[in-house]
Amino acid sequence: MGKFDNHGLKAVSPLGGFEPQVDAFTGLLIREVTDRALASLGARQGSEDAVKSAAASYLGGALPEPASWNANGEFAAWWMGPDLWMISAPHDSHELLAGELKEAVGEAGSVVEQTDGWCRFDMEGSRCFDVLERLCNANIRAGKPGDATRTSMEHLGVFLLCHEAGQKYSIVGPRSSAGSLHHALVAAAQSAI
Amino acid sequence: MTDTVMNAGMNAGTVAFQADGSTGARKGVQVNRLDGGLIKGSKALNFTFDGKRYKGFEGDTLASALLANGVRLMGRSFKYHRPRGPLTSGSEEPNALVELRSGGRQEPNTRATVAELYDGLEANSQNRWPSLQHDFMAINDRFSNFLTAGFYYKTFMWPAAFWEKLYEPIIRKAAGLGSISFEDDPDAYDKGFLHCDLLVIGAGPTGLMAALTAGRAGAQVIIADEDFLLGGRLNAETFGIGDLTGAAWVEQAQAELASMPNVRVMPRTSIIGAYDHGIYGAVERTADHVLAPEAGKPRQILWRIYSKRAMLAAGATERPIAFENNDRPGVMLAGAVRAYANRWAVTPDQTVAVFTNNDDGHRTAADLIAKGVKVTAVIDTRAEAPKVEGAELFAGAQVIDTKGRLGLEVARLRLANGATRDVPCGALAVSGGWNPNVHLTCHQRGRPAWREDIAAFVPAGDLPQNMSVAGAANGDFSTAAALRAGAEGAVAALSELGIEAKADALPEAEDAPINVTPFWYVKEGKGRAWLDQQNDVTVKDVKLAHQENFRSVEHLKRYTTLGMATDQGKTSNMGGLAIMAELAGKQIPEVGTTMFRPPYTPVSFGVMAGRSVGEEFRPTRKTPSHKWAEEQGAEFVEVGQWLRAQWFPKKGETHWRQSVDREVLQTRNSVGICDVTTLGKIDVQGKDAAAFLNKMYANAFAKLPVGKVRYGLMLREDGIAYDDGTAARFAEDHFVVTTTTANAVLVYRNMEFARQCLFPDMDVQLISTTEAWAQFAVAGPNARKLLQKVVDPEFDISNEAFPFMACGEVTVAGGCRARLFRISFSGELAYEIAVPTRYGDAMIRKLMEAGEEFDAVPYGTEALGVMRIEKGHAAGNELNGTTSALNLGMGRMVSKKKDCIGNTLSEREGMNQENALKLVGFKPVNAAEPVQAGAHLMNADGEVSAATDQGYITSAAYSPVLGCSIGIGFLKSGDSRKGEVIRAVNPLEGKEVQVEVVSAHFVDPEGERLRG
Amino acid sequence: MIINHPILGPRDSQEFTYLGDATLIDRPDWEADDAAGQFHDYLYLRDNPAGEHRELWFHEQGDRSWLVVTRNTVTHEILNVELARDVARARGRSK
Repeated sequence: MGKFDNHGLKAVSPLGGFEPQVDAFTGLLIREVTDRALASLGARQGSEDAVKSAAASYLGGALPEPASWNANGEFAAWWMGPDLWMISAPHDSHELLAGELKEAVGEAGSVVEQTDGWCRFDMEGSRCFDVLERLCNANIRAGKPGDATRTSMEHLGVFLLCHEAGQKYSIVGPRSSAGSLHHALVAAAQSAI
Repeated sequence: MTDTVMNAGMNAGTVAFQADGSTGARKGVQVNRLDGGLIKGSKALNFTFDGKRYKGFEGDTLASALLANGVRLMGRSFKYHRPRGPLTSGSEEPNALVELRSGGRQEPNTRATVAELYDGLEANSQNRWPSLQHDFMAINDRFSNFLTAGFYYKTFMWPAAFWEKLYEPIIRKAAGLGSISFEDDPDAYDKGFLHCDLLVIGAGPTGLMAALTAGRAGAQVIIADEDFLLGGRLNAETFGIGDLTGAAWVEQAQAELASMPNVRVMPRTSIIGAYDHGIYGAVERTADHVLAPEAGKPRQILWRIYSKRAMLAAGATERPIAFENNDRPGVMLAGAVRAYANRWAVTPDQTVAVFTNNDDGHRTAADLIAKGVKVTAVIDTRAEAPKVEGAELFAGAQVIDTKGRLGLEVARLRLANGATRDVPCGALAVSGGWNPNVHLTCHQRGRPAWREDIAAFVPAGDLPQNMSVAGAANGDFSTAAALRAGAEGAVAALSELGIEAKADALPEAEDAPINVTPFWYVKEGKGRAWLDQQNDVTVKDVKLAHQENFRSVEHLKRYTTLGMATDQGKTSNMGGLAIMAELAGKQIPEVGTTMFRPPYTPVSFGVMAGRSVGEEFRPTRKTPSHKWAEEQGAEFVEVGQWLRAQWFPKKGETHWRQSVDREVLQTRNSVGICDVTTLGKIDVQGKDAAAFLNKMYANAFAKLPVGKVRYGLMLREDGIAYDDGTAARFAEDHFVVTTTTANAVLVYRNMEFARQCLFPDMDVQLISTTEAWAQFAVAGPNARKLLQKVVDPEFDISNEAFPFMACGEVTVAGGCRARLFRISFSGELAYEIAVPTRYGDAMIRKLMEAGEEFDAVPYGTEALGVMRIEKGHAAGNELNGTTSALNLGMGRMVSKKKDCIGNTLSEREGMNQENALKLVGFKPVNAAEPVQAGAHLMNADGEVSAATDQGYITSAAYSPVLGCSIGIGFLKSGDSRKGEVIRAVNPLEGKEVQVEVVSAHFVDPEGERLRG
Repeated sequence: MIINHPILGPRDSQEFTYLGDATLIDRPDWEADDAAGQFHDYLYLRDNPAGEHRELWFHEQGDRSWLVVTRNTVTHEILNVELARDVARARGRSK
């Protein structure tokens, strides 16, 4: 699953396979995404501005506002809570993202590796609204690209990131429940489509 | 009577009828089918009722199709098994309850009046034996004096045991509703969430006009109606709107709504409840009108609707007049008879009489006459009744009784002049006026107000937040008033949201006034006059309740069960209230109303469950080694949401104890491996991280060196211990804290509470990392040797370099990042090693492979439990919400030099008694005897009582190391009673075992192994 | 119910965990002379008003903010929502 397996241990995806899973429906594709590294970034008290500017120069763009996410080149970031963000980068080139980020922000921020705390499924296609409204209470039809909503799907806390309203979303949920989350997505798609 | 007049109306074919080109097919054996209507007569649908085959049409309900086929008798009543037919044509139906379908799809208590007909529909009557026509339980009717109001309370008082064993089963069998098949429902159900600016509840003229007005203004609109056909009463009446027929106007409105992307039209959708702040529950029946849902598609969907504004446009329900034997099949509401004729082209019989106290009832006579049905009489309670064309009018008259076996044949009248008259009729259309459907306005304690001019309750000012009411639901009964109210209501609601809408010029429509003179029940007659036909409550029952002093309206309801059936008394409550008012000499508004509650109409359990059924009832969390453990044939146990390996049976092992004993011994003798990923992990960083942990834990953390781990005990603010774990210090400002599996969420929540609410200026950041790391315990004398094969050689993990309670970052398997902790739950030389979760599956295989030469064994939660009891470590059974640090033998750990959650109150006198419970161990005197968890401890001699109780055993297990059963638990002054022999008693099972009080540390009490 | 989150706007109360009276913010000083008495009152004595009530809600399925929600316990009307951290600071809980 990528060039990072340069040691004796072979990685498996959150669903337990060696390759990411894909489920196709008419007008919808659900794709397991395994190629992103994640690290959380929290601002130390009194260092909110410092962490923002340090992160901005590392990421090449400002940290996102509440309830939103953005992408800058190979990086993406979303708002998790007050003074707390999740940063994402390609796993192949940034397996040690947390360390790199900590170096960039120094004492201004607290950084925690989050890569394997999460699973991610991307949902793409014209039927996104119909499926998502069976899954979560977010007002997706009123949503816009750049929205990052923490919501729950079948009792699982997830981040819902909107790439293109009605067309493309990322759903980031707890890794140990990847099977349950995947089942929820597929069952909702079968039901709605 | 139904088979005597076959041909009435045969020659009056309408345009719509002839266009279907199906005269012969349409009539066929459907003896009561008329012309016209909104059914599609081109295609006959086959269905069965009680096994007999019938034909109906698309657009029919089960009730309309049965009536068309001359079937009036559809059910037996709840208590007395009286023969009953439909009273209504809608969801308020009390009588015509049937079982639909069979096998796993069998659904009891469905109202035939709303069951949409489809080809192959299978329906059965219920609550009768052996058949609907000959029901043995109709004997109950003879005992009606015994089954009156309050009979439950009066009759089954003695002896108490008889209730459960005798009375209840008999009553349940005799008095009841439909049955279920006890097979699994094969269908899927779903749920979902919708948002809108305006939710319009009901798609009659009011609702459609509101939706059109709001939709044209660009607002996000949802319009829902329980019916499969939009239009409400417009489908049941003959008058039109503007130049169009009612149905044509509805079709036009529907087409316009469908063209607007901002409007969602939801037919077959019942709004079942109004909840706080604009949230509504809705059930959409997506596949109840087909033989079976498509694979994977839901039968029904439960929607949670978030509305900024809602308009209740739910119309009104007609109410009957009570008179003797008014429950015979054929006695129906006048508006329903009219709806059957106009919408479904059906008459319940070829001769019909009308009984009314208002002008609206006359419409039924006029419409039936126009359809060629013989109207034998119009009986109006008012002396000044309007004239009737084509039927005999009896003004100032009343219906005092009915006759007929299994259905109405004759209505007996008391005329204005005092004479009686028998009128032949197979159906009697009764109208007592209309009640606005106020139900949803009451779901948050709203109380309707009485309006004298329409003699009905209407919604008052205390509506649910952001709800408005319009049209007939608000007491505006004419079509013109409904259109106006819908348009203006939408404009007003949207203007509150800053959306500008305008009420376009409204089409012309009928605007007839309401002329009604209240008339609730016929006083003449000694027999029973029915109010609540679903619960078999009569006028007499209400009188009896009053006589027995049940005078609050809520008491009346419960004593008589009036309005407590699944229809919530939609057609009966008003009559009961009016009679009660009369008996009490009060006005109706003084008596008040009972509370309507969700759901508005019955809801199936399936749709409440939604997709979350079976294994998917709630999410499952799987450990990183789950797949590998499955391959080993592990038995799993649910711990919270986690599935953990409980033990790993080997070939030839027939009892779990064999596996567990082997896992324990092999671990203690060589090395064992266990997935401990499930322990909660919280990353704590910040300049004040150590100070913060000092607040969280009873013991001190400020001086913990970097690279070390410390055990920590957490207290509640009341001084009771609630969780424990370890904190590893990776840097001055960085700790990783573990919690028990069960309390991971709670501990995190409490830490956030402390961080945000108690110490808001401490510099500390928290985040969970439970899932990010796959963590394995490696325990046993060979643990280090095994790990030295896996941890990369540049890391020295010798006892000197990496002593007990050390922690650090290492790499494994040639460069994979890992965290190593030298901690022990088993009491053995032990480590926990964590790798990024994606490598967890590979890691367990690697560890097992490396451990082959040591005969390494995987162990599950049972062996883990046995070993921690052998070691005397507290777990959930000991941290049971009643025990303090002192009880746990950790009293000295609670630092007095600092503030922490719980330390002040842990110093209370009552928690520091001399003879306080202390955690100790117990061994049976006779090694063959078991020690039982939950057993209470008593002194060696003396009585066994709560007063002499010395404590209790919290955890027990068979220890393969000691070769006997052992336990740990709490004993008064336990720490000073070692060596004493006491009794562990289990009075529930009559057991008593002599046990010796010992140290809780059965294995390696000096802790030499874990430091070795 | 809908709670109007000061940062995120209206959110369903299903996303929150309820704790109780917002006076739990006012944790006593452990070094006070009558600390035991103060802690007793802090932990065990609560008003139970039929009407306006300030209470703590945790946005567990959301941004993990603790909120102080002023709610009418009779009508469920929500009159004010604040970040608990701001309330705590305003009530003198800064170091």
